[in-house]
Amino acid sequence: MNKKSTEILVGLFVCIGIAALFFMALQVSNFQALQNKASYTITANFENISGLKDEALVSMAGVPIGRVSNIQFNADDYNAIVSMRIDQQYANLPTDTSASIYTAGLLGEKYIGLTAGGMDEFLTEGSIIELTQSSLILEELISQFLFSSSDK
Amino acid sequence: MISIRNLTFSRGEQKIFDNISLDIMPHKITAIMGPSGAGKTTLLKLIGGQLIPDTGSITVDGKNIHQLSRAQLYTLRKKMGMLFQSGALLSDMSVFDNIAFPIREHTQLPENIIHTLVLLKLNAVGLRGARHLMPSELSGGMARRVAMARAIALDPEVIMYDEPFTGQDPISLGVLVRLIQTLNKTLQLTSIIVSHDVEETTSIADYIYVLSQGQIAGQGTPKELAESDSEWVQQFMHGKADGPVPFHYPCDSFTADLLAH
Amino acid sequence: MNYLQHLGHSTLKSLAKLGRASLFFYTIITALPYVLMRPKLLIKQMFSVGVLSFWLIIISGLFVGMVIGLQGVYTLSTYGAEGSLGIMVAASLVRELGPVISALLFAGRAGSALTAEIGLMKTTEQLSGMEMMAIDPIKYIIAPRFLAGFLSLPLLALLFSSLGILGGHLTGVELLHVDVGSYWVQMQSAIDFYDDIVNGIIKSVIFAWIISWIALFEGYDALPTSAGISSATTRTVVNSAFAILFFDLLLTAIMFGSA
Ligand SMILES: Nc1ncnc2c1ncn2[C@@H]1O[C@H](COP(=O)(O)OP(=O)(O)O)[C@@H](O)[C@H]1O
Ligand SMILES: [Mg+2]
Repeated sequence: MNKKSTEILVGLFVCIGIAALFFMALQVSNFQALQNKASYTITANFENISGLKDEALVSMAGVPIGRVSNIQFNADDYNAIVSMRIDQQYANLPTDTSASIYTAGLLGEKYIGLTAGGMDEFLTEGSIIELTQSSLILEELISQFLFSSSDK
Repeated sequence: MISIRNLTFSRGEQKIFDNISLDIMPHKITAIMGPSGAGKTTLLKLIGGQLIPDTGSITVDGKNIHQLSRAQLYTLRKKMGMLFQSGALLSDMSVFDNIAFPIREHTQLPENIIHTLVLLKLNAVGLRGARHLMPSELSGGMARRVAMARAIALDPEVIMYDEPFTGQDPISLGVLVRLIQTLNKTLQLTSIIVSHDVEETTSIADYIYVLSQGQIAGQGTPKELAESDSEWVQQFMHGKADGPVPFHYPCDSFTADLLAH
Repeated sequence: MNYLQHLGHSTLKSLAKLGRASLFFYTIITALPYVLMRPKLLIKQMFSVGVLSFWLIIISGLFVGMVIGLQGVYTLSTYGAEGSLGIMVAASLVRELGPVISALLFAGRAGSALTAEIGLMKTTEQLSGMEMMAIDPIKYIIAPRFLAGFLSLPLLALLFSSLGILGGHLTGVELLHVDVGSYWVQMQSAIDFYDDIVNGIIKSVIFAWIISWIALFEGYDALPTSAGISSATTRTVVNSAFAILFFDLLLTAIMFGSA
């Protein structure tokens, strides 16, 4: 093995390794989504967010349009304040858009689904979504079902 | 040149040197002889500063080598060449690169001068033609000669040979004996040979120390030693099977051993 | 009494060895600037440590990924969740299997070779010989190998995981017809670059440090005989494996415990 070809092979090895890192970043992970694409932040108050996490998807009509950027507890009205980063390309959400927390599949991840309203004005940086529906809590659902069926 | 005073060195429980003193004369060949395990290699490593004595001092060129800083020790080592028992050639480099290695590391000489120097050194040991071989392709005698060329690469003042004759065929033996002698003369070296090969060593040494059990059992010119009145030295120098060093490992008498069953 | 004595004795011996190993590591660190000035030494070692482990890692990664693909489809289809196959393959590889298996393979392939090589250099007095030529073997021999191991394993682990994800695609998507879109899109939305991939890389950097350290120290500390080298080589593989598994548990608890 002569010196030159050793050097070439080592160079190739390092290049392939770095290519693997790029593959990981661009194909496997959400690295692209993390890059500050132009976006604006809106917030919404929920009575209960049970299980919603940072970086959860925000979608509209099933299409991801942003992510949850921050979740805080508001001690004044005992609600949760959820901030969402929405891609700038979806800047035309009406101000009466409503937000609900859903579960992907029966036991899957929580995400926020937005439903468009009919107003002509649009949500902008710092807008607050007024219409929210909290997460469905499985235990409550089951007890409701049990009570309503025992009523019959 | 080198003087050792009241040196004591132990490995674990075992006292390898017990308060010995000896002197190495400049530009002479001094031999240190003794049976295997007497501590000959250990002595060379002490002189080279690789091991640290329990007590006593070793001065090389007027400097107590165990009081030198690491940098000073490394500077001093450039004046010492050592030929290890196994040759200690770097196995992933060719013969040429092995000899060029210390020159490249310690000097800023341009490559064409290094080339000339290496060929000179190889020529001195008669192996200019073997420069492209790898250490694994060399015979034992050739490996030692290459190691010699490397040991003189930096033009040292002292050269130490660890068992240069062990395991050599008669022809390479002759070559090595002659080489040690001519290198010593032409380069004005101070040579130390460690060996238990009596015949070859006595033929070239100017002065001989014989080590045994941590002590210097005898010293003198080869002629003086041959006529020594110490029984032990007589046994060692003439290779007698029995004497002060018994043929039998210490044990009960044979009859007692047999009767025990 | 005898037993206690023995216990005390071996504890002291282990402590002394740990002390030697730490000192050894410290001298390696101080020698690293020298290596950075001599990139040729590093490149040569990157070849024998990294490039020579390349195919082993590539092929193992591909097969591990293909197996996870098959097993994943069988398990997930019970819940009608084949769509999440991509998440399962990528998460298990990127967080755990990639760093850990590549480290175990690396310890067996490169670590044992390093120990044997250094042990042999010690036995044949090459290290002493260098010292007598006033060349520091830590700088010239040990530190380049350490840095090469340290740089190679994270790259190998990334390759292992990448090939594994492609392997999962081969069995899951090509063979068992999981939807290609959900394989990749769900993977992308579930795998976080910092939490998963960067943490996985940090793991393999730490494993690289441990393996290179153990392997080089065992070689340097080996008894200079053939039996000494062979037992040092065994110790490298065994101790590296234990250390990898232990640190993996620790790191997983730190990194993913709070998530
Ligand atoms: N690295 C070592 N660790 C422990 N003991 C050693 C080591 N090297 C040598 N010895 C012991 O020191 C004594 C002297 O060894 P050495 O100097 O190699 O003898 P010689 O070269 O005269 O044959 C021997 O008894 C040997 O077992
Ligand atoms: Mg010896």
